[in-house]
Amino acid sequence: MKLPLSWLNDYMDIDVTPKEYSDTLTMTGSKVEGYENMGEELENVVTGKVLTCEPHPDSDHLSVCTVDAGTGEILQIVCGAPNVKADIIVPVALNGAKLPGGIKIKKTKMRGVESNGMLCSHEELGISEDVLGYEPEYGILILPDDTQIGKDIRDIYGLNETVVEFEITSNRPDCFSIIGLARETAASFNKKFTVPEIKFTQNGENIADTLSVEVLDKDKCKRYCARMVKNVKIAPSPSWMQQRLTACGVRPINNIVDITNYVLLEYGQPMHAFDLRDIEDNKITVRRAEQGEVIKTLDDKDRTLTSDDLVIADGKRAVAVAGVMGGFNSEVKDDTTTVVFESATFDASSVRLTAQRIGLRTEASSRYEKGLDYNNTVPAVERACQLVEMLGCGENVGGMIDVMGNVTDMKPLPFRPDKINAFLGTDMPTDDMVKIFSALEIKTDLKNMTVTPPSFRPDLTGEADIAEEAARFYGYDKIPVTLLSGEATCGKKTPRQKVGDDINDALTSQGLYEIYTYTFVSPSSLDKINVAPDSPLRKMVKITNPLGEDTSVMRTTTIASMLDILARNYNYRNAEARLFEVGKVFIPRNEGELPREPLKISLGIYGGGTDFYDIKGVCENMFGRLHVEGVSYEAVTDDQTFHPGRCALIKAGGKKLGVIGEIHPSVSKRFGIDTPVYVGELDFENIFLNIKSDVKFKELPKFPAVTRDIAMLVDKSVPVAQIEAVIRKSSGKTLESIELFDVYEGEQIPEGKKSVAYSAVYRAADRSLTGEEVQKSFDKAVKNLEARLGAQLR
Amino acid sequence: MKQKLEEIRNAAHTTLADALSLDALEEARIKFLGKKGELTAVLKGMGKLSAEERPKIGALANEIRSAIENEIESKKAEIASKLEEIKLKAEVLDVTMPGRAKKTGEIHPLTKVMNNIKETFIGMGFEIADGPEVEYDYYNFEALNIPKNHPARDTQDTFYVSDNIVLRTQTSGMQVRVMEKQKPPIRIIAPGKVYRSDAVDATHSPVFHQIEGLVVDKGVTMADLKGTLEMFIHRLYGDQTKVRFRPHHFPFTEPSAELDISCFKCGGKGCPVCKGEGWIEILGCGMVHPKVLSNCGIDPEIYSGFAFGIGLERIAMGKYDINDLRLFFENDLRFLSQF
Repeated sequence: MKLPLSWLNDYMDIDVTPKEYSDTLTMTGSKVEGYENMGEELENVVTGKVLTCEPHPDSDHLSVCTVDAGTGEILQIVCGAPNVKADIIVPVALNGAKLPGGIKIKKTKMRGVESNGMLCSHEELGISEDVLGYEPEYGILILPDDTQIGKDIRDIYGLNETVVEFEITSNRPDCFSIIGLARETAASFNKKFTVPEIKFTQNGENIADTLSVEVLDKDKCKRYCARMVKNVKIAPSPSWMQQRLTACGVRPINNIVDITNYVLLEYGQPMHAFDLRDIEDNKITVRRAEQGEVIKTLDDKDRTLTSDDLVIADGKRAVAVAGVMGGFNSEVKDDTTTVVFESATFDASSVRLTAQRIGLRTEASSRYEKGLDYNNTVPAVERACQLVEMLGCGENVGGMIDVMGNVTDMKPLPFRPDKINAFLGTDMPTDDMVKIFSALEIKTDLKNMTVTPPSFRPDLTGEADIAEEAARFYGYDKIPVTLLSGEATCGKKTPRQKVGDDINDALTSQGLYEIYTYTFVSPSSLDKINVAPDSPLRKMVKITNPLGEDTSVMRTTTIASMLDILARNYNYRNAEARLFEVGKVFIPRNEGELPREPLKISLGIYGGGTDFYDIKGVCENMFGRLHVEGVSYEAVTDDQTFHPGRCALIKAGGKKLGVIGEIHPSVSKRFGIDTPVYVGELDFENIFLNIKSDVKFKELPKFPAVTRDIAMLVDKSVPVAQIEAVIRKSSGKTLESIELFDVYEGEQIPEGKKSVAYSAVYRAADRSLTGEEVQKSFDKAVKNLEARLGAQLR
Repeated sequence: MKQKLEEIRNAAHTTLADALSLDALEEARIKFLGKKGELTAVLKGMGKLSAEERPKIGALANEIRSAIENEIESKKAEIASKLEEIKLKAEVLDVTMPGRAKKTGEIHPLTKVMNNIKETFIGMGFEIADGPEVEYDYYNFEALNIPKNHPARDTQDTFYVSDNIVLRTQTSGMQVRVMEKQKPPIRIIAPGKVYRSDAVDATHSPVFHQIEGLVVDKGVTMADLKGTLEMFIHRLYGDQTKVRFRPHHFPFTEPSAELDISCFKCGGKGCPVCKGEGWIEILGCGMVHPKVLSNCGIDPEIYSGFAFGIGLERIAMGKYDINDLRLFFENDLRFLSQF
């Protein structure tokens, strides 16, 4: 909402700088977005008449003019504009003038001819076409012939004005008006404000003799007022009105329309002007639209309505969508002679729904949908009549039609000053509260200890609302600053939150960077990672109104998101990347239920000579650090996302912890990555459930260990996990650990075989092992390896 | 004989003083103290001495022997340390060459800032709550005093899953979820992703993060709200940061406020970062609306509380001088490795 300060001064004397004004209003709750001093950079530019205009002797596009700018002398000015000619009124920047952008105009010579100033275009003056109200021809700005000579250009266009722009919150429709802001201003500065009395003369006729109004839906239409003006002469409105409208961002149209817009801005009450000729049967009915009824609105578009929409209709058809926009058929035209002013209030949510349904948000609808005051309709329509008289653009017909719908009066609220103070933590005297309420037109009844808000404040419905009003003008900054008292609470993280932190530590310490990705994806992201058409991952939570197809479903896997980010880094030529994310996936449940939102840890690595065992190492380290025990890895050959020979399912305690592996080359190619990519997706909850939380100290060994190496040949297809299992199982308690230290295929190894070598450490907790004991255990392991896996000891 | 011995002492001292290497020292030792050395030679003549003189000369000889031995030892140490010094001098490294570090990663800047905020509130006795991102309309709107067709819904363009399920537009629904489960005293923060159908640009993202805060107890006042949030701001931005509470409107708090801090770029003088205002809007807050308390079965006549919502990205952008929101979600390593 834009507020020209001169308009505010119609109701009160306010003599502070725009900065002080803005700061004060901001701190009482009317947030100022900014203010603009129009014409600030414009100085010494006046209107002048071009007396003569001759071609420049030494140029084919310059003209030499003589200009009377009311300075008492005739100025010679060289001008380059194509539209310059004698006998026109133009803006003249005099010697020493300032133009926007810090430009200064000085006496100069142009191609040898003296020039004492500059004739200006609207652009050079920084005057927008909105301010002009039309699109001028190219060249200098030509003013109307009757413009006085020697006048400051800022006065002509109303540029000596400060306009303050407010951010108005949705609970304060009353502040979408000059008067509403004046009320807030008065309360903020502890001043009086008065709305000038509305007076105008009416002719002896009565509107009721010409027009009838019937309201059929009294819930949706709260009040309908109409007044009539005859002998209307449509013309442009005077410049003071045009300037105010323009300053508020409203384009002047003609006197009648401008009056309705002026009242809209001043009172916050939307108005509509009908041409009486177009109201069939001279009858206005406020009714529900027929299902499928079509109306052409002012903007020349057909709108199809439903029976939930409210329309203003004449004897035959709808002439306006109530509270949204007037009809094309009944708008004011150049030859309109009789006008009906409508000033009405409609149900807020009904207007909102209609505006939404037909996709049309207007100045009017955006106000109506916040809830307008039914007591504002009469002053607004009378103000319009007063303006008609002021502008001399018509004759006000006597009488007003005023039809009431179903309205509820404001109810008194309990007023407990002690409670308000206790709630705010303040010590405000009751008198101060009463003064604030009075400035806001809230009635206080100290006998019954109640307050009754005015009808333009439907947002005040409870004690907390009243407390806020008191606090706003008492000053939020004066409320003391205290720390929470009462029962102490122990701030802490839950075990899961702590594990989350541990995971971050475990992964960053291994060189992984954390990423954040969008949780909604394209359905085709699953195709990109080769997910089967019948996979349960295809059942996704769909967004009914997505921004686009690529963000239309909630992800069921993090792998595609991770690949997107890896691909982006690959494209940015980051030679290697090690990334992780802790993020949710969304698994639908039954219709109408919220999805499950399991937390996943996604891993992604490429570059730097990485292979499968790097990503596995990352997992092993993390599990080690978190004390996840009993983790096993099984080969997965049928997950289409991954390389069939380089993918593992991770399990522990009978639960699946996740999958890691090399991305299938066809998938990585689809993402534009030409190097092997390793990705994993782990399940947070299953990891959490397998964490050994009571870690206990193990006595350090007191007796020496014996190390024996076992090297063997086995079939290539035997996984080392099996070899390890056999060794562990058959070695007995004295085997402390085994470590794989060599796997070799190739020269000197028979076809189809591989050489595997382990280092086994034997130790007993209570004595030094004898060579015999170790040998026995070792022999047993060898025997079992030979028997079960066909191993040949080397 | 005594004189002879003194001569040996002097000769040894001179020889040792000139010795420059361990070899020279050994040579001197053999010369003076060896089996065929000079001292031994002198002592061999001891038999000729009188019984009276013998112990005296013996004692002198022993004294001289140990003096020479000591001198050899100390000289040895001296030479060894000289040698070591020479050796170390030869081992000089260029310490300006790069170190050999194990590469480590980093958490995302948003997590860093989030952790910072969490720690501050944990220190003030808060717990951390987590809740669903796909949420019932009831928790996201209705229970927060934002019925269907409320104009406040306009400012939060909502993604819908069905008529009554949305992608949460704010973490405020967590207020209701927590109050339904837990009785006062309540002190929680609830961080998480929120969704609004804004097209992506330098300052908008359809996914971003909020941290909701809620305190409910007997006798909680707006002064407590100011004190708690002021302390939070001072922890986050430093004690010199000025804080102002400005009236605002949220349907689920009353009175409501927005918290501005003095611009961290210009300190309040006015600059492009604060659009010349000197203040930067940081968070929204207010006293929990009595209707919201009642909706959760908490009697507003007995209990009161305050709530606040912090935009994580805004805080992180301010802290790190990041000028484009998209960078957080692009995850370019050249960006991620800066924090």
